[in-house]
Amino acid sequence: MIDIDTITKRYDDTEVVSDVSLSVPAGSIAVIVGTSGSGKTTLLRMINRLVEPTSGRIRIDGQDTHSLSPHVLRRKIGYAIQGHGLFPHRTVAQNIATVPKLLGWEPARIKQRVADLLTLFQLDPAAYGPRYPSALSGGQQQRVGVARALAAEPAVLLMDEPFGALDPVIRAKAQDDLRAIQRRFGTTIIMVTHDMEEAIHLGDRIAVMDGGRLLQYASPTEILTAPATGFVESLLGAADRPFRLLSLTTLADVVEPGTADGAPLSADATARDGLSALLWTGRDAAPVQSADGAPLGRVTRARLMAAARLPGQAPV
Amino acid sequence: MTRVWSFLPRMALLAFLIAFLWHPAWFAGLLRPLTENGAPPIYDQGSLALLTLDHLAIVAVATLAASLIAIALAVLVTRPSGREFLPLARSLVNIGQTVPPVAVLALAVPMTGFGEKPTLIALFLYGLLPIFENTLTGLSTVPANVMEAARGVGMTGRQRLWQVELPLAAPIILAGIRLSVVISMATATIGSTVAASTLGAVIIAGLTSNNLAFIVQGGVIVGVIAILIFDALRGLETLLARRAGG
Ligand SMILES: Nc1ncnc2c1ncn2[C@@H]1O[C@H](COP(=O)(O)OP(=O)(O)OP(=O)(O)O)[C@@H](O)[C@H]1O
Ligand SMILES: [Mg+2]
Repeated sequence: MIDIDTITKRYDDTEVVSDVSLSVPAGSIAVIVGTSGSGKTTLLRMINRLVEPTSGRIRIDGQDTHSLSPHVLRRKIGYAIQGHGLFPHRTVAQNIATVPKLLGWEPARIKQRVADLLTLFQLDPAAYGPRYPSALSGGQQQRVGVARALAAEPAVLLMDEPFGALDPVIRAKAQDDLRAIQRRFGTTIIMVTHDMEEAIHLGDRIAVMDGGRLLQYASPTEILTAPATGFVESLLGAADRPFRLLSLTTLADVVEPGTADGAPLSADATARDGLSALLWTGRDAAPVQSADGAPLGRVTRARLMAAARLPGQAPV
Repeated sequence: MTRVWSFLPRMALLAFLIAFLWHPAWFAGLLRPLTENGAPPIYDQGSLALLTLDHLAIVAVATLAASLIAIALAVLVTRPSGREFLPLARSLVNIGQTVPPVAVLALAVPMTGFGEKPTLIALFLYGLLPIFENTLTGLSTVPANVMEAARGVGMTGRQRLWQVELPLAAPIILAGIRLSVVISMATATIGSTVAASTLGAVIIAGLTSNNLAFIVQGGVIVGVIAILIFDALRGLETLLARRAGG
């Protein structure tokens, strides 16, 4: 549980973060979005005290972050810095091993952990471990940066645009991996992104910032269906809203009894993917089956379109 | 292949130097045309090899001391607590560079007496500036996001210095030391005017007895060693820079 309590950061006379309060329940993901310069990075860096707030308090699991010395606090908090910030004079393996080493882990345990993380991020430990960061692509550097942040199994993870340099395929994979890691270890994550798709896909809650202020902090569905201001609405891309809403629902949520012809769809697929498949194949309905292939019923185009409608809006 | 070719002239130079110091008489024929009236072509007032070792020892001690002090000073004035001393440190180091070594010798002799000590002082003061300035440059050009990451992972100030700042600045610091060593190699020759045992003795003997062969052999030994040290240190820098992801 991260509790940010009326936090403000002022540089000279300009307030970069103004009176922001939000709390992130343990084991959930909060995503911060907002235009460039809106104070996202500053807010994130106040959590591990790379920036000292002008006023306000931050508590992690009830403990004030100022009750620990900064370096001790930071070793407990994973931080994937904007633009990776790998140590250029250390190999990939040494970079990932940084925090475990500072914490005095056994060498064998560190080695195992590094290998596990590299494998998790689709990088062969034997091939990539001994390389220097300059010999990696931008996307690989970013994944190593995230691996370094995760190395000491921190309960809290701060990520500043961690997947910005990844291509869509690897990015989707990295997001799924992050979700899996987060579920397995119950990590509490605060992540900054410019990608609304990513925010909606990963966030349990989304914080929208503008000019240092927190405009709205709510679940993706609520942000989509009840944006607090016009700015929030435009940031989310008004035209894409129905599809974003559909992406939050799986076919399991909209399946109905009955049968249909053609290739079956998986119940795990999002409603957006389902609608897309129906539109593409020109069908009105498709059979739905569970992950192990058991038939569950069918999904119709009308049902999917209803799910994409602003709640409370009466059908015509 | 290209590495071998660039390596070969240096090895030849080193072999020549060792042969010359080992058995100078082999080269007597080469130097005889530079002498007049049957003067000796090879320095005969002492061993060239011993003078060379003394010369190298003085340069090594002076450079080591200058490196330690200059690096420590540069580290100090780049810490938050020492930042205000930067202008002071800079002017101190600059004074060391602007006062000519000859003047330092003249000033130091009354205090320390003749011999190695005044020479060491002169070389030390003269060698500070390049190392100090390069260390400052090296420490202040560590990329901001790397420093940020070093703080973010929870390194203490000391750990950041030893594990991140100094390793990344090492190639630039080494370039400063290289410059300082080469200047000292040449400057150490004037130490023999205050009775320090250096290769300057050979050159001065040549000047006083009007023997060009002495002047040339003293100068050539100093020059060849300077070139070899310069090359070796630059090789080391390249190695470090490559490791630092250059
Ligand atoms: N050390 C500082 N001194 C003065 N102003 C600062 C400092 N750090 C950040 N700022 C200002 O604070 C504002 C917010 O910066 P911040 O880095 O938090 O933005 P951001 O939302 O992360 O932007 P981006 O999406 O571009 O990364 C900017 O206007 C920036 O110029
Ligand atoms: Mg930012």
